[in-house]
Amino acid sequence: MSTNVIMPQLGESVVEGTVSKWLKREGDPVKEFDPILEVNTDKVDTEIPSPAAGVLLKVLVPEGTTVKAGTVLALIGQAGEAPDENGHQEPVRQSIGEPALAGPNGQPQRAAPTPALARAASPPRRDLGFISPVVAKLAEEHHLDLQLVTGSGQGGRITKKDVLAFVEAQSVPAGQAHPAQAEVPQHETQSELPPWEKPGEGDLFRPTELQFGVGQPGQILGAARETPRASEQPASTDDSIPVEGMRKLIAEHMVHSERTAPHVTTVFEADLSAVLAHQAGHAAEFARDGATLTLTAYFVAAAVAALKAVPIINSQWAEDRILLKREINIGLAVALEEGLIVPVIQRADEKSLLGLAREINDLARRSRARALKPDEVQGGTFTLTNHGVSGSLFATPIINQPQTAILGAGVMQKRVVVINDAIAIRPMIYLTLTFDHRVLDGAVADRFMGKLKEALEGWR
Amino acid sequence: MATPVAPPKTRMPETPTPDLSPETQLELYWQMLRSRRLDERAWTLHRQGKIAFHISALGQEATQAGAAFALRRGHDYVLPYYRDLTLMLCLGFSAREFCLSLFGKQGEVTSGGRQMPAHFGLRRANVVGTSAPVATQVSHAAGVALAIKLRGDDRVALTCLGEGATSQGEWYEALNWAAIHRLPFICLVQNNAYAISEPVEREMAVPNVADRAAAFGMPGVMMDGNDVLAVYRVMKEAVDRARAGHGPTLVEAKTYRLTPHSSDDDDRSYRSREEVELWKKRDPILRLRQSLEAAGLLSRSRQDELEARAIAEVEDAVKFAQEAPYPDVASAATGVYAPAEQEG
Amino acid sequence: MAEMTLIDAIRQGLDEELARDDRVFITGEDVGKRGGVFRATQGLFDKYGPERVIDSPLAEMSIVGVGIGAALYGLRPVCEIQFADFIHPAFNQIVNEAAKMYYRTNGEWTVPLVIRAPYGGGISGGLYHSQSVEAFFAHVPGLKVVIPSSPADAKGLLKSAVRDPNPVLFFEPKKGYRLIKGQVPEGEYTVPIGPAQVTRAGADLSVFAYGMMHYYCLQAAEKLAAEGVDVEVVDLRTLYPVDKPAILASVRKTGKALVVYEDNLTMGYGAEVAAIIADEAFTSLDAPVKRLAAPDVPGVPFSHPMQDWYMLNPEKIAGAMRELAAY
Repeated sequence: MSTNVIMPQLGESVVEGTVSKWLKREGDPVKEFDPILEVNTDKVDTEIPSPAAGVLLKVLVPEGTTVKAGTVLALIGQAGEAPDENGHQEPVRQSIGEPALAGPNGQPQRAAPTPALARAASPPRRDLGFISPVVAKLAEEHHLDLQLVTGSGQGGRITKKDVLAFVEAQSVPAGQAHPAQAEVPQHETQSELPPWEKPGEGDLFRPTELQFGVGQPGQILGAARETPRASEQPASTDDSIPVEGMRKLIAEHMVHSERTAPHVTTVFEADLSAVLAHQAGHAAEFARDGATLTLTAYFVAAAVAALKAVPIINSQWAEDRILLKREINIGLAVALEEGLIVPVIQRADEKSLLGLAREINDLARRSRARALKPDEVQGGTFTLTNHGVSGSLFATPIINQPQTAILGAGVMQKRVVVINDAIAIRPMIYLTLTFDHRVLDGAVADRFMGKLKEALEGWR
Repeated sequence: MATPVAPPKTRMPETPTPDLSPETQLELYWQMLRSRRLDERAWTLHRQGKIAFHISALGQEATQAGAAFALRRGHDYVLPYYRDLTLMLCLGFSAREFCLSLFGKQGEVTSGGRQMPAHFGLRRANVVGTSAPVATQVSHAAGVALAIKLRGDDRVALTCLGEGATSQGEWYEALNWAAIHRLPFICLVQNNAYAISEPVEREMAVPNVADRAAAFGMPGVMMDGNDVLAVYRVMKEAVDRARAGHGPTLVEAKTYRLTPHSSDDDDRSYRSREEVELWKKRDPILRLRQSLEAAGLLSRSRQDELEARAIAEVEDAVKFAQEAPYPDVASAATGVYAPAEQEG
Repeated sequence: MAEMTLIDAIRQGLDEELARDDRVFITGEDVGKRGGVFRATQGLFDKYGPERVIDSPLAEMSIVGVGIGAALYGLRPVCEIQFADFIHPAFNQIVNEAAKMYYRTNGEWTVPLVIRAPYGGGISGGLYHSQSVEAFFAHVPGLKVVIPSSPADAKGLLKSAVRDPNPVLFFEPKKGYRLIKGQVPEGEYTVPIGPAQVTRAGADLSVFAYGMMHYYCLQAAEKLAAEGVDVEVVDLRTLYPVDKPAILASVRKTGKALVVYEDNLTMGYGAEVAAIIADEAFTSLDAPVKRLAAPDVPGVPFSHPMQDWYMLNPEKIAGAMRELAAY
């Protein structure tokens, strides 16, 4: 009896994952706990260890396919054993539509699978078998000799479909892909309170699949992207890079964001002298407490202050309402070789500068080491992108859906400025806020930026 | 003009009841404590996503333990409600059996995995299996009591429900039967102040459920449901009355539900944290512990030992249930009808 | 053999069971001193006393609820609901409690309960003394639903119901209480719950019915015999569980099926019988499966021409039989 390799539920609010890479092939021997595949959820990769020793009998889900938690991905058994594939379904093409990224409070859109229609044809027989009333009626209407019609029903019986197919060209209805919405349960995690004082969702009797991640084997949500057939690709001498994994996700998210929100950017500049002075005076002390004090920590802290002063920025457009998010969870865009990832500082407003610095260090380090947990890229309400580290003066970043705004920090440069009608040299930085104009207008955005600037310039 | 009939007294006459021995008091403490720890663990399991549902007895342990100890356990009939975890444990329901029900595993003693947890039933202890529509068990209890009386047996029927369920017409009908026929029937209303989100004022216009007893023509008594010794005393009188053929009693225990209604309720929308904190100070287990300590009956080391035993029991039960297999799904298609040979 | 009416047969059945098993008792409104408004329990109070024949409060929900409780304790209550029209408050107890008790306790607790109720119209009862309610309950696994059509069956089936460890709903066609007379075997006998009965063998078409309608179908079949059409009449008797083999055997024989029931047509009991036939006897069918039932209005009207419009009778049934025979 073979053992199933199941897609695990990798985080509290994570209900699916993408098979990004099989580390073993069919026929390979595996030991219990050997990593056998890599799974990606929201750009975080996790290795899945084998649940049993034996041989990888069958891989059921190809690379690039997204499946629900609980789906059977592969079968492990004894060499030579026939794999036990109950209810395995063929993957179906995903209709191109909403992107696959699950927003923190959003609802991922998925195409539900429909099984490919099976058509079993049996050879025509002289004994026509039972002629059902409707077949008789159709035959009469169309003046058919039923001997000419191939029977595909039980025992070779001529079905209504056979008659219709005979009468006109076959037109089998294609399976309809319809979006299915997965509920993403949210749990508060407050320590110290007994579990019954950390309220549940208030959602009674959730679908069992969400509780236990019990999916049907082979239930597949998004199909592997089709490799283009040779006939579709014009002969070309250009190089091509396949779009998959992180690049694909980023592309989808950016398109979706641009299409959804009207983006407007406002540019401010801030004098970082006070911040630098503070940093110089506290770096050693922070280092002793295990934190490297970077400018990012100040940007996050100042952003928190500004968000508290102008809470509409920490929000989400919901068609007929604007949701003002109670928590301030700041995402930090971290550049990676192959793209970018946005780990989230949860409840940034509850952290001191030291706490922020520590967390920023940790998240950045683990982002680069691809060691983030799927929960850590969820739940953001506002994003900071420090594009200045790569030299950019200022930029107009794309909003991280479903948030309302994104703050960009450019490169810090000593510039000549005019103070009290005299020329001075100050460490300046351009700060840009790209915001969703459905939610708020320029004046409000500028108020936020004003507060941000004030916080940075007035640092003590 | 018709002479008005004087309503019966709504309090029972004071009769001396035997005090509980130290051993029994410690036993009460143990039952309440183990129930509490098991209950707490179920909450944790739910928040960990390991179980689908839990509904709790937290705060009502004294009401249930005091009542259980007043019965002839295993002899009398009990028709509980979904919060009666402590009552069930006192009747011999085990922690392992409870955990099997949380996980829906094979061997789940009440229903073979067919029912959600807290739909208690235990044939071996004469506990009738319950359903979800509230107050239906009260009619059954009246029926059981009627049968007991017709047979001339020396049993009583105890039924429990929340104060909200007394809004059901079913409750009135059942108590009416019990009073008409002077049945050996005790209805224990566990007034824990909330029916999910609705406070008592939404369920009745009278201050006490016990006041309604006069309307039926039976005695009504109420007590502090968080004082386990008081509960015991009142219940013992009611049980003895019933057993002696003097008829039914309506008992109301004033207590408090320390948790939200169930694992998926959020009580922040209908009650204040201050109120909950206030009632935490009146925790029945805390109260009994303090009184046992004051009487020199519960040393620190004994307490620690009981605490450790309770946790060990919980750990064992959870492990046992987690490791147990699921029932064979084919069993879901069986057991619809009793075979002809089966006698009730 | 003795000839008696339907109501006499029912009373005899109750009497014999009360005598045979001291766990059996009857409760319901007016069952005691009054002997029941239809006199179903006449004389039993005097014979067996107030602890075996108990006048209940006017409270259907608890007549059944208390009955369930007593059955749980091991007694054998026979609860009377005075009219099937008043069973609805007890629906919760019947469907959520009695039906599910055995299953939900994994076989630990049984409810050996009988609920008797007169049902059906044609007695100038209007909307609230004429209802058919079998469709609601024949849909519930865990219950048994029985409707006798003859005195012999009424007595025999009632005795079986009392002895059955499961909850049994026993609906009695009240129009036939005194109208239906028949021979009843002497001595101890029971009729098993479950099997239907072919009460008239025939070759040209099968008609399936129960209660008063079955009685009428026999009369209609006689008319058609005189016209050269040979009708097979099947008395379903036990509505749930359904006797599929009997139904299918008859259809396979005749190729034509008519289901007759006095309840509203749509979603009535006969709809399921028709579905079973269409599903499992499809290749035997020489004609569509027909149903004949009451119009889909909220009840039997009182005014007697309106009542006649609503109710089926042997003429209407014969008409449907003729049509089907000619297909």
